[in-house]
Amino acid sequence: MRSRITSPKDFWAGLVYILFGAAALWLAKDYRVGTAARMGPGYFPLVLAALLVLIGIASLLRSFVAKGDPISEIMWKPMALILAANVLFAVLLPRAGAVMALLALCLVSAAASKEFRFDWKATLGLVGLIGFCVLVFVKGLGVPMPILGSWFEPYVSVPWLR
Amino acid sequence: MDILANLWLGLSVAATPINLWWCLVGCFLGTAIGVLPGLGPAATIAMLLPATFGLPPVSALIMLAGIFYGAQYGGSTTAILVNLPGETSSVVTALDGHQMARQGKAGRALAVAAIASFFAGTVCTFLIALFAPMLAALALNFGPAEYFSLMVLGLIASIVLANGSILHAVGMIILGLLLGLVGTDVNSNAQRFAFGLPQLADGIGFVIVAMGMFGVGEIIANLEGEGTRDIMVKEVKGLWPTREDFRRMIAPTLRGTALGSLLGILPGGGATLASFGAYALEKRVSPNGHEFGKGAIEGVAAPESANNAGAQMSFIPMLTLGIPANPVMALMIGAMIIQGVQPGPSVMTEQPALFWGVIASMWIGNLMLLVLNLPLIGIWVKMISVPYHLLYPMILVFCAIGVFSLSNATFDVYLMAVFGFLGYVFKKIDCEPAPMLLGFILGPMMEEYLRRALLLAKGDATVFVTRPISAVMLAMAACLLALVLLPSFGKTREEAFKEG
Repeated sequence: MRSRITSPKDFWAGLVYILFGAAALWLAKDYRVGTAARMGPGYFPLVLAALLVLIGIASLLRSFVAKGDPISEIMWKPMALILAANVLFAVLLPRAGAVMALLALCLVSAAASKEFRFDWKATLGLVGLIGFCVLVFVKGLGVPMPILGSWFEPYVSVPWLR
Repeated sequence: MDILANLWLGLSVAATPINLWWCLVGCFLGTAIGVLPGLGPAATIAMLLPATFGLPPVSALIMLAGIFYGAQYGGSTTAILVNLPGETSSVVTALDGHQMARQGKAGRALAVAAIASFFAGTVCTFLIALFAPMLAALALNFGPAEYFSLMVLGLIASIVLANGSILHAVGMIILGLLLGLVGTDVNSNAQRFAFGLPQLADGIGFVIVAMGMFGVGEIIANLEGEGTRDIMVKEVKGLWPTREDFRRMIAPTLRGTALGSLLGILPGGGATLASFGAYALEKRVSPNGHEFGKGAIEGVAAPESANNAGAQMSFIPMLTLGIPANPVMALMIGAMIIQGVQPGPSVMTEQPALFWGVIASMWIGNLMLLVLNLPLIGIWVKMISVPYHLLYPMILVFCAIGVFSLSNATFDVYLMAVFGFLGYVFKKIDCEPAPMLLGFILGPMMEEYLRRALLLAKGDATVFVTRPISAVMLAMAACLLALVLLPSFGKTREEAFKEG
């Protein structure tokens, strides 16, 4: 059977709105609403969440009527790699330290590109970038990132690297 | 003359060596990052914002303003040379600018863009100095009802000016308003949508959302189009426009500046609508209209002057009312709050040095760009030619470190990844992030003013239409809304955006 959704973008956008709206309604169900003159913390969010659900429904309905372009192919692999690179950075930063975290961020995110080749130029750039970040951000601007994190603590006793 | 005395005060603040230095650094960094394909002014400012935290308020704002102009100009450079506009406001510049570049006139296109922008910037500096005090004086009479109505007007205007479906613009605004409410409710101290996480008690940082959506999300989306870019950066020479070029650019620049300044004050769009409007207008009135799209100088001068005028005029509501007209201004407000300056009509009277210093630095910044950019064009061309697959890991590194340094918390980096994911999803389904960000920054303010207005009126909602200024603003909002819902205007609006 052919799908009768003629505008997939409207359909999915509608679902996203309804999802967020419904979640907000559910989370806000216990907030005190109050009156118009004395609004509680729940008043404004509930009104907004209800509006969002309504707009979601309107968008869903429209997806069966309006004509729209199909959604272009979703690039799962680059998306997963880029997001994973960020998460990995956050996980590694306090534990392995800035050098390792930046290394992981660069290597994992670079793997998302079809064109990236790991050659001597890229290696040189990587070393330069990490060196720059350590010198400028950690030493220069004083961002409190450990250069080597808690994993290395028992083995390294140079305070400069903390 | 008051205005001259004020501008003089501003110049004496902005022209101190230290502030000149930060203005220069801002312009340079802003252009350097702004020329990178796929990075617009909002992303550039979000990335560089943490670098200004250590400066005193005046220097920080001057540097941020410099970054903004630099990024704006850098975007035009990229639009002309690579046909890859970093932001919507330079989309139309790419039409004729890139054609000129293909005909070997890249240098002249860049010079025309720079001169037109500088002219518009100069005019707007004076206009801001003239009108900002009036608006600030008017705003001192604003009560919560007026502020609420003004924000409604701003949000409605941003719906009209968003290019895309109106339904989705409304949806994204409401989503943004809701996200803005995350954290502690100031009136009752209740935690809302915080999932019991202490990291969310103060709400979600605006910079995190902006970097996630404009930085990370944009990178994922850009990776789709890998290897399909058309780079025109072989050689840029013959920078100086001919006498004929000058003659042809005068009228379009004047018209573009006028249109841009008018549209720029409108909350919600500013630069984008201004550049589209100026291009469409010029195409009709210019004697060389048939050359448009094939490398007409008018097609570069008009939108460039208009978008610079529009961008600069959007400082007016930000400086006088504390209300952001677009995501860039929202970032500026965020920066002011971090610096301990509460944006609003009182800034001008309480901190005249800061207020006029920032305004005077606008002109200095524009002058610096004119002087800097043409000689440095070789550097910008080199930056543009860095392949994207080497560039984006670097952008991610700066985003990650920048977000971490906001409050030295890895939690913020996770949050940025979440917004990066959302940014990519929204891009896939044609939901624009700009209205959402506007809603996000206005959410808590709107709730606060709504509550206060209704508390003062004892719950009587007619207060919004019985107070004259508030009523006028709501009427304007209603007219705008009616206008977009009219089928004939809807069609014109679609056409205006299709021009790009």
